[in-house]
Amino acid sequence: MSIKIKNLYKNYKGFEAVKNLNFEIKKGSITGLLGPNGCGKTTTIGMILGLIRPTKGEVLINNKDIEIEKNRISVLEKMNFISPYVELPKKLSVKENLIVYGKMYEVKNLQNRINTLCNDLNLKEFLNKKTGELSSGQKNRVSLAKSLINNPEILLLDEPTASLDPDTGDYVRSYIENYAKKNNTTILLASHNMSEVERLCENIMMMKQGKIIDEGTCEELIFKHGRVNLEETFLKLVRE
Amino acid sequence: MKLRRMYALSIRHLYLIRGSFPRILDLIYWPTIQIILWGFISKFFTMYSDYYNNTVGVILSCAILYDFLFRSSISFNMLFLEEIWSRNFTNLFVAPLKLSEIITALTFTALLRTLIGIVPAVLLMSPLFGVSIINLGAPLFLLFLSLYMFGTTLGILVTSGLLRFGPAFENTAWSSLFLLAPLGCVYYPLSILPEWLQYISNLLPLVYVFEEARSILINNSVNYDNIINALLLNLIYFSLSVIIFYFSFYGARKKGTLVNMGE
Repeated sequence: MSIKIKNLYKNYKGFEAVKNLNFEIKKGSITGLLGPNGCGKTTTIGMILGLIRPTKGEVLINNKDIEIEKNRISVLEKMNFISPYVELPKKLSVKENLIVYGKMYEVKNLQNRINTLCNDLNLKEFLNKKTGELSSGQKNRVSLAKSLINNPEILLLDEPTASLDPDTGDYVRSYIENYAKKNNTTILLASHNMSEVERLCENIMMMKQGKIIDEGTCEELIFKHGRVNLEETFLKLVRE
Repeated sequence: MKLRRMYALSIRHLYLIRGSFPRILDLIYWPTIQIILWGFISKFFTMYSDYYNNTVGVILSCAILYDFLFRSSISFNMLFLEEIWSRNFTNLFVAPLKLSEIITALTFTALLRTLIGIVPAVLLMSPLFGVSIINLGAPLFLLFLSLYMFGTTLGILVTSGLLRFGPAFENTAWSSLFLLAPLGCVYYPLSILPEWLQYISNLLPLVYVFEEARSILINNSVNYDNIINALLLNLIYFSLSVIIFYFSFYGARKKGTLVNMGE
């Protein structure tokens, strides 16, 4: 599945959160969305997920306009999302949460799917524990399992490794990388972690004040701006 | 004990009250509603002290019926609030759930939740007070249906507010039903209200339900007009609430409140 954004705008009471966005993410590619806080990354992801109605423009998933309710539902069946600001019910066990979402996404052979994800993400030991009792690293892996429960063709990752220790962060990054390769998943990754973006993303879009100010591969951007790494490139672009 | 530190803690809460009109309204709301409700109850007993003579359990039956309404509505709201409190809200709206599926699922789950709460209370009535709500006979089912529909309608309306305005609308979830207690004539007949208020009350299905419950228990007669009026009004309000829910959802998408809605 591909994502195509055409002339996208979002205004909140006179404030332009997103201004004339245009980009395309091809099937099976991983694209990074970088930018300072408040630059419009979450709003953009919200519009792709159908949570926010664009003021103007179109979000096309596989050339389907998600503003049409029927399209929105059929697209959401093949999409999923993870964000550190969104959690799973704390009073439910890990297994119960995965069953709830598995059924919501109408996953076939749900038990097999849960077993696979538990093995892949090392969830077995706390499968019957309440989600609220887990450490933030464990919770993150459970949220990742939820976001993969429907074998999504599009995965939207909003700071997927925020607040994780380096070891768990590395584990999650490796898992996402392998998963995307194996399943040809289209991924949009919004992150403040430059090494994560450098490692995972084939293409990077830099956002500032609601606009994409530059884009290209990591090497292209570093070379173009005469910097030594992505972090310095990012700082140059946002401070200009 | 340092006065300045205690003062600091006090003004922390006073700032909160000063900065929020709904909080001020909330503080005024509860005593006002209590006074209105008990004022009408007192007036009723002063004027008609022998009204409930020889009719054991009319008030208790009405209290159970009102609680059923209360639980239906609160259960619906609670299911939605739980998602907000647990910060799971956004996960639900990125799942392939149609709005009609959300409303239907919450409506039936709310019924289950209500029954878990109300059935033990109903069972306790008989051994404790020698009263059974079953005395209302076959129409009891229709009265419960009416109250359940109205409770769900209120639940959908409050949920629409939560969708549109965010968690700040939460207080309305708790207070909406108490406003209806005095107007719905739960414990006294419609005639006790001032005439101008009767016009408003007549628009509430509750009035017909409770008038009918009293009529059955006191006079042993069933007036199906009341039951039909209540059901018709419920059907209208329920349909309107569903339309409002859809508008609120689209309003929330426009306003962006579906993203990261939490405590």
